[in-house]
Amino acid sequence: MLARAIEAAGISTVVVTMVPYLAEASGTPRIVAVEFPFGHPLGHAHDRDEQLKVIRDALRALQEIEQPNTAVHLPYEWPDFDHWRTAWHPPETPPIIQWLREQARQRAEGKHQK
Amino acid sequence: MTVDSFKWLPPALANYYKGMAIQKEEVPWTPLTKPLSQCRFSLLSTSGIYLKGKQPPFDLDRERREPFWGDPSYRAIPRDVRQEEIGVAHLHINTSDIEADINIALPVHRFLELEQAGEIGSLAPTSYSVMGYQQSQDEWRERYGPEIANRMKEEGVDCAFLTPV
Repeated sequence: MLARAIEAAGISTVVVTMVPYLAEASGTPRIVAVEFPFGHPLGHAHDRDEQLKVIRDALRALQEIEQPNTAVHLPYEWPDFDHWRTAWHPPETPPIIQWLREQARQRAEGKHQK
Repeated sequence: MTVDSFKWLPPALANYYKGMAIQKEEVPWTPLTKPLSQCRFSLLSTSGIYLKGKQPPFDLDRERREPFWGDPSYRAIPRDVRQEEIGVAHLHINTSDIEADINIALPVHRFLELEQAGEIGSLAPTSYSVMGYQQSQDEWRERYGPEIANRMKEEGVDCAFLTPV
């Protein structure tokens, strides 16, 4: 959404994302997809080489994409999936998740009381 | 290789995203008119970065009280920002790696290196930070998106590099 506003104002944009599905569906002009966990679009902390690698790939895509709403998928693997599957989670359950779980709990209780 | 958009999401959240009704609208398009080595770049992250002591953090307390609300405002982050100056306010990700290294989310120091090396023309004086948990994108579309775009234009920005989290 912000990419669209900036592009519409006359600035060429590129978006590096771990959810290309949403970027494509919402009409993002240039998309570079990385299979990295949330919170880490450009790689591991302090890994300058990895960050520059992803950035340079994204800059190449910015130059080479000619068709609006194109996604380039980068091939980099993020190691240790078992750890990172949950390591990207915040320390405190997000308010909306707490709210949804509470709703589900109340519904389940309501059923039991019938 | 095709990136799996749902790899990191628990099944319930994955289903939520897949079920979202997304408006496919006309795609805006601004072609590049010069090589990157002549382009001025600005950066944008959705990770909730702010300058400690100089800027208020994103309003997480209000989000805790109103779970369907996310702070839609933005923060201007200068090109000479130091790691020690930033805080990260976001309730939906583990922020500790960004607090250790801003560049995984807002790559200011990497872009300064690219500027030094002549791979890009320059990094603009100002980059931008927002907080990505937004149920409604109305404020972004109608107010803050155009405001950020205008400020970029005022600084002579040619290209924007966006790295949502």
